[in-house]
Formats: sequence, C-alpha cells, structure tokens
Amino acid sequence: MSTDTSTSNVSGTESMTVREAIREAMREELARDEDVFLMGEDVGLFGGVFDVSDGLLADFSEDRIRDTPISEAGFLGAGVGAAATGSRPIVEIMFSDFLGVSMEQTMNQMAKMRYMFGGKTEMPITIRTTEGGGMGAASQHSGTVHTWFAHFPGLIAVAPGTPAAAKGLLKSAIRSNDPVFFFENKMIYEQTGEVPTDPDFTLPIGEASVERTGEDVTVIATQRLVGESLDAAEELSDQVSVEVIDLRSLYPLDTETIVASLEKTGRVVVADESPLSYGVHAEVVTRLVENGFYSLDAPPERVGVPDTHIPFSPSLEQEVLPDAADVTAAIERLA
Amino acid sequence: MVTIDIETDDGQREILRRMMLIRAFDNEAGDRFADGEIPGFVHLYIGEEAVGVGACSALEPDDYITSTHRGHGHCIAKGLETDKMMAELYGKREGYCNGKGGSMHIADVDAGMLGANGIVGAGPPLATGAALSAAQKGEDRVALAFFGDGAVAQGQVHEAINLASTWGLPAIFLVENNKFGEGTPVEKQHNLENLSETAEAYDIPGFTVNGMDVTAVYEAVEAARERAVNGDGPTFIEADTYRYRGHFEGDHQPYRDDDDIEAWQRRCPIDAFANRLVDAGVLTEDEVDELRAAAEAEIEDAAAFAENATDPDPSEAYEDMYDVSVPELSTYAGGSLRADGGSTTDQ
Repeated sequence: MSTDTSTSNVSGTESMTVREAIREAMREELARDEDVFLMGEDVGLFGGVFDVSDGLLADFSEDRIRDTPISEAGFLGAGVGAAATGSRPIVEIMFSDFLGVSMEQTMNQMAKMRYMFGGKTEMPITIRTTEGGGMGAASQHSGTVHTWFAHFPGLIAVAPGTPAAAKGLLKSAIRSNDPVFFFENKMIYEQTGEVPTDPDFTLPIGEASVERTGEDVTVIATQRLVGESLDAAEELSDQVSVEVIDLRSLYPLDTETIVASLEKTGRVVVADESPLSYGVHAEVVTRLVENGFYSLDAPPERVGVPDTHIPFSPSLEQEVLPDAADVTAAIERLA
Repeated sequence: MVTIDIETDDGQREILRRMMLIRAFDNEAGDRFADGEIPGFVHLYIGEEAVGVGACSALEPDDYITSTHRGHGHCIAKGLETDKMMAELYGKREGYCNGKGGSMHIADVDAGMLGANGIVGAGPPLATGAALSAAQKGEDRVALAFFGDGAVAQGQVHEAINLASTWGLPAIFLVENNKFGEGTPVEKQHNLENLSETAEAYDIPGFTVNGMDVTAVYEAVEAARERAVNGDGPTFIEADTYRYRGHFEGDHQPYRDDDDIEAWQRRCPIDAFANRLVDAGVLTEDEVDELRAAAEAEIEDAAAFAENATDPDPSEAYEDMYDVSVPELSTYAGGSLRADGGSTTDQ
C-alpha cells in the first residue's frame, strides 16, 4: 500500500499558491541542472521582496542564489553574457517597471544575438518579474508592461493565471534555449490551486488553456483576470454559459485555441491588465478577425486599464484596475 | 598558454602578421565600401591594430572577448578567418552570421568572440556575464571587453565594472581611447585626464598604456589575465591610441586637422613593431615586405571569396529567430497573413 501511495504522489497533485508554485519550479530546475542559477535584487538573504525565492539560499549556494547590486542594466546584461556562454540564468527584476532600466540589454542584445549571429548562439535566459496594481504601490511599482516584450521580436513572453500554469510554464522557460519573459501578477501570489507534483511536469509555451467550458461567450484572460473571469462566469452561470481561457502565452500566441472557442460562442471578451491601446487585447482580437471573422456575432469587448498609469489613492486605483465586475459588464453587453 | 607567445621569434612574426592583416582588411573594406560593393556602413580599425592584437595574443584561445562597432580588428586578432569576415561584410550566406549581422555584428561564439556590437557600451555587461559563467563553472577562462572612450560615459559600463569588481570576476576592461567618441573629442566627453582613473572608483587596478605599442598592450593584458585567473578580480586598462580614419567611412571629420592625423601616423603601430623586429634581427626589411604582401594577398583572396559568395535566399530572413518553432514566423512570412490562413488554421 505504501508503494501505491508514493506512486500516486509522484503523478498526483498538491494544492499550493502561485508563490509556492514558482518557488518549487525554480527549486526543481536548480536541482536538476547545475547550469541554472538565480540572480536579482534581494533574491537570496531576503528571499525576494514577495518571498518568492524564500528558502532557496538555504538549499543552494550563494553562487547560485545570487544577490545583486541595484543595477538592472548591469546584472540583466551579465545574465545575457552568461546565457551566451553556457549558463541558464533566471534573472529577477523586482518590479516590471524597472525593466526600463535594463531595456538596452534586452532589446539589442538578448533579443537579437541569436538572429544577428545567424542562429549560432543560444540564449537560454529567463527573466522573472512582477506586474500589476492593487496594493497601493503607485505608478512606478504597479505597471503591466508585458505587451512590449510580446511585441519585440526574438523574445518569448508568458503570463500565467493559475498556480499550475505558473509552475509548468516557468519550468519550460528555464529549460528553453530562447529568452523567456515570465510575468507574475503580484496580486495572485496567494491564489491556490492544484499543481502536479511530478518533477518532470512542464507546460508547453505557446498553448492556452480552457479553464471553464461554455457555449455563449468566450472570455480570453491573463494573469489575475483569469480568476476574476472565472468568478464572473460563475456569477452569471444562471443566465449565460461562459467559456474562460487562460491565454498563458502572449508570444507565441495560441491562435488555434482562441479561434476554436470563437467558432463555438461567436462572442469574445479579452481581459488583460495592460493599457487598452495597442495591448494584448488588440493582438488577440486581430488574430480572431484574421482567422475567424465570419464567426463573430458581435464586436469583441476589451477589458483592461483605460490608458492611464496606476494611481496611488485606493479609490483611484480601483477605478482604473479591471476586475470581475468589468468582465461581468462586458459579458452582459455581449450576451 | 597564451594565444601567441611574444617571447619567441615566431610569435613576434605572427603578431606583426596579424596587425598587417587587419590593416589590409580594413583598407580593402574601405575601398570596397567606397565602390558601393559593401552595403550599410563600416567603421575601420586602422591605427588601432596594436590594441586588438596585443590584447588577444596575450589571452588564451578559450578566453572570451566582447567587441565594438569597430570590430574587424578584434575578430582578426582573435583568429577569425578573413574570408568569412569579408563575406559577412558583403551580406553573404558564407559569412560568419550567414549575412544576417554584417560589419557591426560579426561573431564567432565558439571561438570566444561574443560579437561586434552596434551599441556603444553594451559589451562590458556581456563580458561580466561571460566571466561569471566561467567562474561558476570553475573554468580557467577570462572575458575581456573592448570598448571605446565614448563608452566610458555609458552607465551600463560602470555597472558591469562594479559587478565584476564586487564579485571578483575574471574580467578585463580594455578601453581603446582613440580620442573621439564618434565626432566629439574625448576631452569634451569626460572630465578625467586619464580614463584609467575610472578604476579607482571600483578599487581595481587601472593604468594607461601606449596603445601604439603592441608589446605594451600585450604585457598589460597578460598581467591582467594572471590576476583574473588567480581570483584577484578585474583590471581596467586604457590603451592610448588613435583612429586614423573617420568614425565611419564617409565621415567628413570636421573635428580634427590633417596635421593631427599625420602626427599619429608617424607612430604607426605596425611600422614601429616591424622596425623593432628588424633592429633585433628577427626579420629583414625584405621579410617585412614579404609578410605585408602576403597579408594583402590573403585579403584580396578574401574579397574575391566574398564577391563570389552566395546571396541568402529571401526565405532565410525568417530563420534563426528562435530555437523553437514559432508559428507566427511561418504564418506571417512574406509580410501578411498567408492566403491559406497560415499554420494557425492548418489542422
């Protein structure tokens, strides 16, 4: 019996938070491959400003859980150099708003080296960063900037909405030979869900996930808005049958899954915390129009930040941040 | 083992030959660019040959370098092949980057050459990362960043030096002070008498050497390399040199006088080293001429190779973006959604 239990644990699941899922993904990959290391501001001794890497320093060396100076251009650039020479760095940028400081090494080195060199180098680097408003952190610590990276050729961009997606995608990112930006919404670190415990569990980058099936309206959501959309779908379940998709991967984008859903429901809401103009919403809608125009029964709805920065005062912040009520309103307009 | 042992006669001849090869390559590249055969633009290393050759010769073959937009000399000094370099300048498939990089992005990662670089100051963080990687793996390897005087004003250069110093990494920061950051004289860009004073802020050794003397550069880098592999951290070297040609070919150079150029040309690093070898009896005058003629002949062959090389097929524009297959690239190849809907609706 004990053997059976152990076997079922290996292939089973465990309830954990997004924070724990990310931490376990890193722990497993650090143990699996000695070329993997983590560096960033306060990732070691401090355990990460959101406690995501808490405990890793005790399990691995200072060499592999490496605290850096506050020097994003320098250490992200060093990550690029290390990745080009056989290491597999995970670089944490504490808040995505700080990515601007390191943008040169991202756009002109990390994203372009493989292509400029005729495919003769790999770039196995993972950039983890936190996005999103909701904790009164004001404009310079609350942004959602993943569209920039999904837009920029040469980069992969993923933004999970559940603990399982967080673990599976991060492990794939670390194993990938391409540069992957992994966007964590800071408001869902405490969100729990079932996560496979098999250390070989990964999720393919480039695939969306249907989190709830429905017949009338499709909500294509990312990050925190996956959970908010599931709440909205549940609340409306007496009136309308809502399908909810966690987009998971911003680039590459799983056109097939979203078009298949559109063909079923004919109505789509796109919910993402980016500013609305030129955002993920725009690209998702474009894919739907290109590939499923004649299945559209109504103009698609976009739910996002209305082209402002994230203000400090809670009443202002709640005004601009999309939530379940905004998704619900969008569904009701369509249904 | 150093790449080229300057203590031996053979080593000295090879060092001279490599400097001549750089001179011949860049003269040819300048001519071919002027003829309209090379697209884009080129930045020539003429006058600075002693820096690249002195430094790379003192490194070991497995060591890493990062380079600049003026990278031809670093490539040849690191041992890259001139025919594949010239083919790259021509944008040909046989080039180091299959024609995707051009003059400013020649790279040969397997040879430790982590790329010429079109962004001023972008190389030092990469070198710090290569040094970190080597240190973590316990390899007996160093990373040397070449960068210009202009790059010393860039924040990321200072961040890279700070990281390498704080972490004691096996890195060497070598600034080629060729007196101009693009079109602006060095004294209008920095308030330092010697750029090597930068090292003081990071508590690492820093000194200025005569960049027109290949032996001086070699000895400085050899000592820096020894410090690096002994775990004593990085070194900052300023090579005092001069760019004989414009920032780019076609630069009308309003920022200097011909007299200044001629004064520095009288200090030609190739002539100076050749004369020294003749005086020491390592080479005769005739042998120097033969070496130069052979270098020029090699470059003519390289140019002929490039001329006769193959243009990439337009479809190659969609290759080499990612290790994995990304559906978007096949879907949008050609500039818009394919009539058949691309791969996204292939089922």
